[in-house]
Amino acid sequence: MIRIENLVKTFGAKRAVDGISFGVERGEVLGFLGPNGSGKSTTMRMITGFYPPTSGRVTVGGHDVAENPIAAKRLIGYLPENAASYPDMTVESFLGFTAAMRGLDGAARKRAVGRAIEMCFLSAVVRQNIDTLSKGYKHRTCLAQALIHDPEVLVLDEPTDGLDPNQKHEVRNLIRELGKSKAVVFSTHILEEVDAACSRAIIIDRGKIVAQGTPNELRARSRLEGAVTLQADGATAEKLSALGRVEDFAGAFRIYPRDPSHGPELAAAVIELVNREGWKVHGMYSERGELDEVFRSLTQPDTAGP
Amino acid sequence: MRAVRIICRRELEAYFTSPVAYVFLVIFLLLTGFFTFTAGAFFERGEASLSAFFGWHPWVYLVLVPAVGMRLWAEERRAGTIELLLTMPITAWQAILGKFLASWIFLALALVLTFPVVLTVNVLGEPDNGAIAAGYVGSWLLAGAYLALTCMTSAMTRNQVVAFILSVVMCLFLILAGFNPVTDLLARWTSPTVVDTVAAFSVITHFDGFQKGVLDSRDLIFFFSVIGFALFATGVIIRGHRAG
Repeated sequence: MIRIENLVKTFGAKRAVDGISFGVERGEVLGFLGPNGSGKSTTMRMITGFYPPTSGRVTVGGHDVAENPIAAKRLIGYLPENAASYPDMTVESFLGFTAAMRGLDGAARKRAVGRAIEMCFLSAVVRQNIDTLSKGYKHRTCLAQALIHDPEVLVLDEPTDGLDPNQKHEVRNLIRELGKSKAVVFSTHILEEVDAACSRAIIIDRGKIVAQGTPNELRARSRLEGAVTLQADGATAEKLSALGRVEDFAGAFRIYPRDPSHGPELAAAVIELVNREGWKVHGMYSERGELDEVFRSLTQPDTAGP
Repeated sequence: MRAVRIICRRELEAYFTSPVAYVFLVIFLLLTGFFTFTAGAFFERGEASLSAFFGWHPWVYLVLVPAVGMRLWAEERRAGTIELLLTMPITAWQAILGKFLASWIFLALALVLTFPVVLTVNVLGEPDNGAIAAGYVGSWLLAGAYLALTCMTSAMTRNQVVAFILSVVMCLFLILAGFNPVTDLLARWTSPTVVDTVAAFSVITHFDGFQKGVLDSRDLIFFFSVIGFALFATGVIIRGHRAG
């Protein structure tokens, strides 16, 4: 549904987005990860037609966003970064306005507004002015606006930003649910969200893609993936080093496999060694890769700018 | 056209859900009343016309029209809702036109509410109501020209105060180019052709005809060109922001 080819956006001398290509199909939830200022929002603004790309192409549902913006925009529901909405409108009139802008009228408009209110749990505040709402409600109002026309493509820029843990959970479930029938792209810098909602993730840094894959594939790039931590009386680094690289810390040893995909074999080998040597085991853990660590190793801190 | 109508309606509602509309209407009516009856010496003139009323409009609008229009784009940019608006399946022109029309209709409403002055002059004498109607048309076009310039300055900045000041300065230029003290001063230094050229840019020169009841196509073209040019410039400025 979304196809991006060699997308570049420059602001003056700064290359905010520098040659990004990827595609998202229906039934996929793509997580877009990256530190602040890495080009996530700029990419999303190009997908939704707000920024024209400096070079490269974006097509949504087969329509080129630059050449045929109206047809492309019709397919997209967009939640902008700060979840902006008109503060002087009530939730109901704001959603009615966006539904009208999406070409819905009369009974269809009423139905769409009602459905969006229900999906985003807004029924308690429908008649309130948006500027009197809490941040969570404001955010969900803007999310409701993105869903109002039941779009085939959803572009959500930090959809869980500023929500409390319960609301985050609800929104993630909603995204996962929507992802079954739509093409969804959402950006975040919260890594647990990738596990919770994405079928695929892309990590970008300084405008370039530095990694992509399923959450498990990304995790496999972690140095920790497949490592075994052992805490046992009598164990020595020397004997363990026959199995892999050993790190000694705080009375425990962490053994890293020579090949990360051989994690299970390593664990078996450690148990065998323990039995053979007769060490008294206090604890033994098989480590899983951490997205956090992959993220830190692939991206550089202090990317300045918005 | 549909998108223009929807945006226009939202903007109009926005005026009335905030105190802006009411404050504006009250101040506009008070000011026009004050200028007409006190400073304009409406009664002392002993004329059955509204020249005391319309004559002040370029000056009253100078402050009030930028106040009505400064919000239009500056606020969208400040709040970030411009991103929402321009990612809807509409063109930027539809948004520009919708917003402009909303404010222009609002100004028309303000003008309509000055009807007591028309009643007054009709009770006291027998004015040329055709000339009064032409005066109203001219006044509305004048407000439209100021408003279009305000749209343009509003698109330049996310700060409403800056938009306000810039548009006041521009509108002031449009007045002064044909203001008698200024044209007299210019006439002393330069040739009459230059004076006429400068004065041709003035809203005063073009508004005068309407007050006399003359609907001259040149005056109509002048106001519509100012509006067209300023709205076109608004579009260019908005596209410029997005192109980065």
